[in-house]
Amino acid sequence: MNMKIRGVEAGAILEEAQKMKYEGYRLMQICATRAEVDETPFYEILYTFGMGLLMEQLKVSIPQTEKIASITSAYPCAFLYENEMHDLFGVEVLMMNLDYRGNLYRTAVKTPFKN
Amino acid sequence: MAARSVIPFGPQHPVLPEPIHLDLVMEDERVVDVIPSIGFIHRGLEKLVEKKDFQEMVYVAERICGICSLGHGLGYCDAVEHIMDIEIPDRAKFLRVIWSEMSRIHSHLLWLGLLADGFGFESLHMQSWRLREQVLDMFEESTGGRVIFSVMKIGGQRRDVPTDMLKGFLERFDRMEEELKTLSRTFLDDAAVISRLKGVGVLTADQAEALGCAGPFLRASGVARDIRTSGYAAYGDVHVEPVISMVGDSYARCEVRIREIFQSFAILREAIGRIPAGPVETPVKGFPDGEYMTRIEQPRGEALYYVKANGKKFIERMRVRTPTFANLPGLVETLKGCDLADVPILILTIDPCISCTER
Repeated sequence: MNMKIRGVEAGAILEEAQKMKYEGYRLMQICATRAEVDETPFYEILYTFGMGLLMEQLKVSIPQTEKIASITSAYPCAFLYENEMHDLFGVEVLMMNLDYRGNLYRTAVKTPFKN
Repeated sequence: MAARSVIPFGPQHPVLPEPIHLDLVMEDERVVDVIPSIGFIHRGLEKLVEKKDFQEMVYVAERICGICSLGHGLGYCDAVEHIMDIEIPDRAKFLRVIWSEMSRIHSHLLWLGLLADGFGFESLHMQSWRLREQVLDMFEESTGGRVIFSVMKIGGQRRDVPTDMLKGFLERFDRMEEELKTLSRTFLDDAAVISRLKGVGVLTADQAEALGCAGPFLRASGVARDIRTSGYAAYGDVHVEPVISMVGDSYARCEVRIREIFQSFAILREAIGRIPAGPVETPVKGFPDGEYMTRIEQPRGEALYYVKANGKKFIERMRVRTPTFANLPGLVETLKGCDLADVPILILTIDPCISCTER
């Protein structure tokens, strides 16, 4: 049994997040996954929202070189998740409300989950 | 406006068993802003999916943390079992509930001891941990381990517990509950304790919800959300109701955790009374293919486990979102406006588990 995930265009993520916020959903987590098709790596970014015991998931797929908008304007607590995926995967997130500039995680290897 | 200064708090501090750093922006003795900083001991355990197969990853999940070990194993196994459509035997489901509630009791008693230590009540700290030892003894008897239990496996449990042993535990839970009643009177009625906790670090329900808080920290602000009510494992067969307080201060967080221990005793009695006979594991064939996000109620709050697999021996991604990670923005909010002297207590009231956060 797999869970239901709705695919979203990278450019629409902030708008989708604002819709979720308006509907009363809270942000549960954001996580990045490195995936590969025909030896071309890309990122899948999974946004999980919740309302009571309900759970909604949005997935964005982006090339490793593409940047994505922060959703901290809708969900201020997203800054930790966004900094985390920046530090571990190298995902470039634009307009975070609190940008640690790669210093949230003090890892010996930069972006250890990128490759 | 008073001149502002920044006081570094941590990463090494007497109330912090594990490293976390906060930059406290101060106006005189009052905190006006906080910038949290983590990542001092990040271990990258999630990356081990490249080297450990999906069965071995259970051991890795259990080693994320020594306090929440059982829950991490349970969450990971539950996610893989959903992907593989595995229905585990009922007895295994009940064992998961029994061990989870024992974990909750030992985690909350650990926290009570740390809180007492935080405000300098050493005898209360020792009494809390003395009581906790009794749960650890029962863990040792039923699982063979006191910290890392290694009883979870995909498809059920690695070991069964004789029903006679479980019945014997019931008598010990009764004695523990009586001792806890005495202990809780000091935590909830002592004037010195109240003076350190009441009215300190108030977080409203709206703030807690907006900041994505979890667990007793959330419920102490009046949000009735407890993932056990979703009925995972055998929680659907026992009575679970979220324990809440409407006050949202440090005292409320303490009270909610104490009441949750009493609730855990009640759940344990129900679960041990209803546990069916039968096998504790089901055979697992093939490899997982798909993705799933599961969530469980760890002692510190809602924890999420995401697994993505592609039909091979090694899964593609395991992601654990721990409750402490979710509670950091809430902690920052409670610290704003507090006195410098209350900062250590307020950090303790989210029951921070940095080992989980730095998985």
